[in-house]
Amino acid sequence: MSFELLGEAIIAGVLLGCFYAAVSVGLSVAFGLLDVPQIAHPAFLVLGAYGAYFLGSFGLDPLLAGVLLTPVFFLAGLAVYRFYHAAFESRGTDAGLRGLALFFGIAFIVEVLLILSFGVDQRMVEAVYIGKSVALGDVRIPMRMLVAFLVALVLITGLSLYLSGTFTGRAIKAVAQDQTALALMGADPVRIKQWAFGIATGTCALAGALLIIVTPVEPGLGRLYIGRTFCVAVLAGLGSMPGTLVAGIILGIAESIVLTSLGASWAPAVAFGLLLLVLAVRPAGLFGQR
Amino acid sequence: MTGALLEVDAVTKRFGGFVALSEVSLTVQAGERLGIIGPNGSGKTTLVNCICGSLSSDGGSIGFDGTDVTRLACYRRTRLGIARSFQVPRPFSSMTLAENVAVPLEYVVHRRSLHGADVSAEARSILARMGLADRADAPTGSLTQVGLRKLELARAIAARPRLLILDEVMAGLSPVEIDEMLDIILGLSRQGVTVMMIEHIMRAIMRFSERVVCMDAGRVMAEGPPDHIVRDPGVQRIYLGA
Amino acid sequence: MVERPPRLAVKGWTGFVVGAIAILVVALILARVVGNEYFFFAGYVVLQFIVLATAWNVLGGYAGYVNFGSGAFFAAGAYTAVALIKGFAAPLLVQIVAAAMVAGLMGFAIGAMTLRLRGIFFSIATVAIAVICETIVLNWGFVGGARGATVLQPPTTAFFASYNRMLFVVMTLLAVVAVALSRYIEISWIGRGLRAIRDNEEAAESVGVPTLKLKLFAATVSGALMGIAGAPFPLYMNFIEPTSAFSLNYAVSALAMPIIGGTASWAGPVIGAVLLGSVQQIVTVTMSSELNVLVLGLLLVAFVVAAPEGVLGLARRLSGKAGAR
Repeated sequence: MSFELLGEAIIAGVLLGCFYAAVSVGLSVAFGLLDVPQIAHPAFLVLGAYGAYFLGSFGLDPLLAGVLLTPVFFLAGLAVYRFYHAAFESRGTDAGLRGLALFFGIAFIVEVLLILSFGVDQRMVEAVYIGKSVALGDVRIPMRMLVAFLVALVLITGLSLYLSGTFTGRAIKAVAQDQTALALMGADPVRIKQWAFGIATGTCALAGALLIIVTPVEPGLGRLYIGRTFCVAVLAGLGSMPGTLVAGIILGIAESIVLTSLGASWAPAVAFGLLLLVLAVRPAGLFGQR
Repeated sequence: MTGALLEVDAVTKRFGGFVALSEVSLTVQAGERLGIIGPNGSGKTTLVNCICGSLSSDGGSIGFDGTDVTRLACYRRTRLGIARSFQVPRPFSSMTLAENVAVPLEYVVHRRSLHGADVSAEARSILARMGLADRADAPTGSLTQVGLRKLELARAIAARPRLLILDEVMAGLSPVEIDEMLDIILGLSRQGVTVMMIEHIMRAIMRFSERVVCMDAGRVMAEGPPDHIVRDPGVQRIYLGA
Repeated sequence: MVERPPRLAVKGWTGFVVGAIAILVVALILARVVGNEYFFFAGYVVLQFIVLATAWNVLGGYAGYVNFGSGAFFAAGAYTAVALIKGFAAPLLVQIVAAAMVAGLMGFAIGAMTLRLRGIFFSIATVAIAVICETIVLNWGFVGGARGATVLQPPTTAFFASYNRMLFVVMTLLAVVAVALSRYIEISWIGRGLRAIRDNEEAAESVGVPTLKLKLFAATVSGALMGIAGAPFPLYMNFIEPTSAFSLNYAVSALAMPIIGGTASWAGPVIGAVLLGSVQQIVTVTMSSELNVLVLGLLLVAFVVAAPEGVLGLARRLSGKAGAR
């Protein structure tokens, strides 16, 4: 592959990678910090994408739709965690199989409801920045990728500042490390985890909007993103925000190079292969502390 | 020292930046009763995990009866003759007590000759030695704390180990229950089983051990007969502060 | 809530073998006597689900590792059969054996890559394999690619009025074999080892259970049985194409049926397959197929949360109460 092609692939990969980071950041929190087997995370992403599509049919810009839907998704996340905790964690049973089956069931129900509401055809949104491209030196970059890149950076930076800057944010990071100590300090671990899960689900609104900006969506798209989001979340080093960004970029570049050299059919395999590699070599991830 | 049953040679274990074990060396002779003491976080359970194979060490070697087991999978070490109990009991909660004990019988003792063996009867007799015969067909959820620990012990014994490692098996027991457990364990020792006992409860350590090792911060700090160790100023400093 | 295998009165095989022979005889009689063709279609579908659910449970219920991609193994069996038909005009028995080998190998490969890790990563791998398999098939012109391929049924013996009736009996036999194998695993030392792994893997290792080997065994057997479920599918439908072969319905049903029926024992997947398979047929015919799938998902979530031991567990609880009076 020529240097020029490689250079283009890398640039495209960085943009794609930041997008991947944005769609995975919720999972970094839910699975990385809270250790919830959130297999339904990609399904919520697709739900967010359809939310943007639906509001888009009223003329609303998808990013605006994403922002507006964030509190709705946040509340949904609170409810889902309350349900999960009541059903499993509080009974002290080894959730294992049942926890996985529960979230698989939820993901499946979401997908079917989307099929029933919107059909199986692909859906797209329109916006001022979709369809145009921008020149960066010799390379042409689709404007929507640039928009996704910028929004992703804002989202991740915002979340990172929240987690390290606010009391609740630090409590969330603490609860992942030592629940008992946190309880002794007066904060209720369950409420904190519930709040964190709400945030994780909340990101799916805006991230879902990014999804439908970047690519057309159909209800089954979630399955392609299970590999990608878990790859990024694990590679990041469970719960690390900067790690999520770096991991996303690594995946983005890897996929981009494979796409250019081997074609589109092998793209799903990249995320999965990378995930296996990380688990074999450094399961704690890049920034993990285990 | 050749001839020792267990040779732990300069074993190191790190978790990220934290060094849990730092070049720990230890030998155990066949038939010996060894006690291991040390404050929380000194690496005792990590050492047990490395010896048994639940964790792989980052440096050093472990030899059992002349065989280098450093890279051997945990279940293979059990088949060679190392058995352990867990600090927090881990019963197979979907099975009865008899079935719990049947697992090591089927996978270690009789694994080449399953059809001839009466595993059920053997499991029951092992439970009887622990005083659990009447509960053989009960689910593990019905056991009290001491019952769970006895089941842990029964399961370890069922594998017919030559080296039995007990990780805080007395925790949370009343003095009467402690003596009960000690009698069972001393009985095992008299039958020739080498026993390593990790404990906080000094009463048990003093009654039981021929030799005591004291650990702190991932290292062996002192070694010797129980009454010497107890009077060792270094050990006292570890437990009571400077 | 803790799951225990039900205390079956007969731990031996006489009762089971007698029952199995009876079922096969009944199937043969039905194949001669019943006139309504739809009966055989519905029956075939339910029997197929019995095999699929039983297969899933060997790894999911017994060992605790959740397969989200059963459709891929089913389709692997189906497409192996198609490839053999198109390439060698292979007889049905060869197709079934080959399907078992291919799907079993797939199970082994995924297991080798992920069964050393936490359970969730095995599950993610099964999603990945489903996506990858579908991509491979879509690009494989020999078996029809995206457009699909027609499969002609060979002439059948005089005993059966139609080839479909013969396949109905074949599927009954396969179901009996699958259930027998699953029962053997369950009540043998293998099953005890798998349950030990599911209950506490570290403790299982420490009492001498070779956990990785057993898990790989379960994954291979599970995969192979799923492949067997899929092997007669192309002949039965006279046609194969990726959308129906890889249908998400198989993945969800394979998981929902054992969970709803009860994962602790071989009887659970059978109960789940019969109950849900029948309900699915009714809902699809009277309402719509999407609604059918939605109902399946809702039932799955309801049972996982409220009745984790499944129908078997509920039945045992009720009979236990009755016995206590």
